[in-house]
Amino acid sequence: MKVFVNGTAREVQASTLAGLLTETGQTKPYIATALNGTFVPRDMRERTVLSEADRVEIVSPIEGG
Amino acid sequence: MTDFYGVELSNRLLLGTAQYPSPAVLAEAIRASGVEVVTVSLRREAGGERAGQTFWDLISDSGVRVLPNTAACYSVKEAVTTAHMAREVFGTDWVKLEVIGNADTLQPDPFGLVEAARILCQDGFAVFPYTTEDIVVADRLLEAGCQVLMPWGAPIGSARGLNNRYGLRTLRGHFPDVPIVVDAGIGLPSHAAHAMELGCDAVLLNTAVARAGDPVAMAKAFSAAVAAGRSAYLAGPIEKSDMATPSTPVVGKAFLS
Repeated sequence: MKVFVNGTAREVQASTLAGLLTETGQTKPYIATALNGTFVPRDMRERTVLSEADRVEIVSPIEGG
Repeated sequence: MTDFYGVELSNRLLLGTAQYPSPAVLAEAIRASGVEVVTVSLRREAGGERAGQTFWDLISDSGVRVLPNTAACYSVKEAVTTAHMAREVFGTDWVKLEVIGNADTLQPDPFGLVEAARILCQDGFAVFPYTTEDIVVADRLLEAGCQVLMPWGAPIGSARGLNNRYGLRTLRGHFPDVPIVVDAGIGLPSHAAHAMELGCDAVLLNTAVARAGDPVAMAKAFSAAVAAGRSAYLAGPIEKSDMATPSTPVVGKAFLS
């Protein structure tokens, strides 16, 4: 299935958001996720099923003003 | 003592963490200035890098409280989603809520700001709304549940100082018991001191320190200016007058002409 991860199209095998993070090596504890613009809490990632063309955002801390 | 969502700050300078020459300079600026709150943000994880972890370790090691922002959000949905992600990553309910309305001035969109503030306050966030000095907007933000107001001094990064001192003074006068943090546009320590002399409770800035020739020295200068301005406000400044008033006693002056 093709999904967009941080704006880049990717073919993935995973069917859940948690699976996608594992498949793409995003297993760090300090990341947060959103699916199609909506926040997905850490404990919901296993139950969050992906669909074709979903937009996944994965963010981490940076400097800010 | 002013408190910001139940937190009292002995240092009323809040410092941004972006644009420093190096992480080491940022860490030293935090330490040397004695700030207790720094702003942080979230961006797309690049994958495989440890940049996010390295930055977060630096901030964690500094022992300061973090105020995550929703910088560069132009819609309510973006800002609300970013706030939720920040709460999970940084482990704090505090959020510096930015809903930007204009790309040239980066001024707040007051309509989106109030809407996002209401959503986040209802969800338990401690919202620091980046707003203007507009009293009506401030009223709506307080109605929405905000317990702090964060008016701009001038456009973000512009170093123009306080563009509307009258507006800040009226905001202070109209909401005497609401903590006010002047955020953005500060260029010099004297600007920060002015904000504090007006009775504002704190100053938040980033670029003026981070882009200074010596960010560590400038951070210390701003910290001192904020403290001086606060002391001056509490000491009760005298009123302005148009004409001179002699400070040396006239009575008893020798008759020499």
